[in-house]
Amino acid sequence: MKLAIRLKRRVNRSWQVDLMLFLVLGVFGAFMAVPLIYVINNAFKPLDELFIFPPTLFVRNATLENFADLFQVMKNSWVPFSRYIFNTVFITAAGTAGHILLASAAAYPLAKHKFRGHKLLFTVIVLSLMFSPHVTAIPNYMIMSTIGWIDSYQAVIIPAFAYPLGLYLMKQFMEQIPDALVEAAKIDGASEYRIFWQIVMPLVKPAWLTLLILMMQMLWGTDGGSFIYSEQLKTMHYAMGQIIQGGIARAGVGAAVAVIMMSVPIVTFVLSQSNVIQTMASSGMKD
Amino acid sequence: MQKTKIAAEVMMQPKGGPAGLQGKWELFVKDMKRDKNLYVLLAPYMLLFLLFTVLPVIISIFFSFTYFNMLEFPTWVGWDNYAKLLWNDDVFLIGLKNTLIFAVITGPVSYIACFVFAWLINELNPKVRAFMTLVFFAPSISGNVFFIWQIIFSSDSYGIMNGFLMKIGIIYEPIQWLQDPQYMMAIIIVVQLWLSLGTSFLAFIAGLQTVDRTLYEAGAVDGVRNRWQELWFITLPSMRPQLMFGAVIQITSSLAVADVAMALAGFPSVQYGAHTIVTHLVDYGTIRFEMGYASAIATVLFVLMLGSNLIVQKLLKRVGE
Repeated sequence: MKLAIRLKRRVNRSWQVDLMLFLVLGVFGAFMAVPLIYVINNAFKPLDELFIFPPTLFVRNATLENFADLFQVMKNSWVPFSRYIFNTVFITAAGTAGHILLASAAAYPLAKHKFRGHKLLFTVIVLSLMFSPHVTAIPNYMIMSTIGWIDSYQAVIIPAFAYPLGLYLMKQFMEQIPDALVEAAKIDGASEYRIFWQIVMPLVKPAWLTLLILMMQMLWGTDGGSFIYSEQLKTMHYAMGQIIQGGIARAGVGAAVAVIMMSVPIVTFVLSQSNVIQTMASSGMKD
Repeated sequence: MQKTKIAAEVMMQPKGGPAGLQGKWELFVKDMKRDKNLYVLLAPYMLLFLLFTVLPVIISIFFSFTYFNMLEFPTWVGWDNYAKLLWNDDVFLIGLKNTLIFAVITGPVSYIACFVFAWLINELNPKVRAFMTLVFFAPSISGNVFFIWQIIFSSDSYGIMNGFLMKIGIIYEPIQWLQDPQYMMAIIIVVQLWLSLGTSFLAFIAGLQTVDRTLYEAGAVDGVRNRWQELWFITLPSMRPQLMFGAVIQITSSLAVADVAMALAGFPSVQYGAHTIVTHLVDYGTIRFEMGYASAIATVLFVLMLGSNLIVQKLLKRVGE
């Protein structure tokens, strides 16, 4: 399961080409990083620095003014701001936990057993990776309104449980678990549920973290879409959007908002990077 | 194995055995009983998947042949919605054209960028590699931070781009970047590319780390002379599964351009300069509530996404054969 330790290799490398390629990497790396660096710096700029002409990238006199203003705006919001935070945290936590549990439970039989319909089911999952959720947005709205879930948490949380990419990655990762391990447990009299819960699940921890990142990216940034209308149920992303739209005077506050919103998924990724990479190694489409 | 087609897999059934219909049924019941625990494990996910992914596709195809406004009972109109889409809806055709331009540019460019950057990053030592992975991956998980591009391309002289160009004297008046259809598409493409180093990029980084190291040494002995040959003869063939997975992700997202377009160019955009199939869908589905017509748009999008994915999968399977 562990990735092979990378050996230093010096064959077929020249330092001239190395230098050129790393320059290319540096230039594009800067292109990727500068907008984020700019947002982070803006969040700490005092008002007069935000409107200097020509605009500057880096902050000169860093201040926490914008964050203080943000808390001021939050205090005056219609619904207590903690409510928006709670909604986002709740939706993200419940959606992610449910997804990891259900997707793993479904991935185990698909990865380790041959039963009637296993090929059909997996093929449908792969096909569903080939179109985006936009295709199903309208009928999903109809389904939600039929079952009366419009304007509720579950309209956002429950569909996230059955997100196809998570099952796909989990199944591919589980395939690496040696069959002998599953067989041995079966001979010892363990039920399929026990094998799944006590043997397979602890071994696929890296994949949990990967699903966590994927779900977080989706749910942390959700604004409730067309499903949530009550102010009490709206998410932080929505509230932050309102603050940003407050106009040019709120440019600094907007940047502060963006820094807070992006820091959570980024920190999570930094902490789980090696596990995520380990999972993605098995993401390939074999046939 | 490589030649097995996905469509063929759908057809394949476990062998029924030599016995007749009676025997087949008994065997089926026996199999189901033996595997009942597996079906129990599968059931919760599969039921939700059926309800929120499979059923919607069927509903969408069905309603695309009806007139439906969510208030009255739907009426059957046959191919009318599709006929209207293709012959009477100029805005849809603009959306289709823009979508295809976005897809043809951002699809391949982002796919190649994902691979090239992953390949370059893989040459670095582990600590630097982890850092550079973060630098390239961060925009795609930062949520709606892409609004920063709105400030960069802001139409007044406080916009970074205008400020910069005016300072170095290329222009004397601020350009209305996001209101001018001439620039709109290009800017959205740039932002879309900035956001596109996501899941596939990670899959490629991971795939590169699992390529068998001894292959490179064996290759060097067999006459692989430089890194380009190494890439072509050893790295790419070893990574085919990840490359196929990455293709699916990039194609699907390159045909779904909408959020960035709506956030930057507005909705609707000036002269529909940044209108896409998805924004057209949003227009009819969530504003005009013409669900039948919106379903036809969604079905066209579905066919377009699935079709291009299946074609590209077929092509990629041929690479190196």
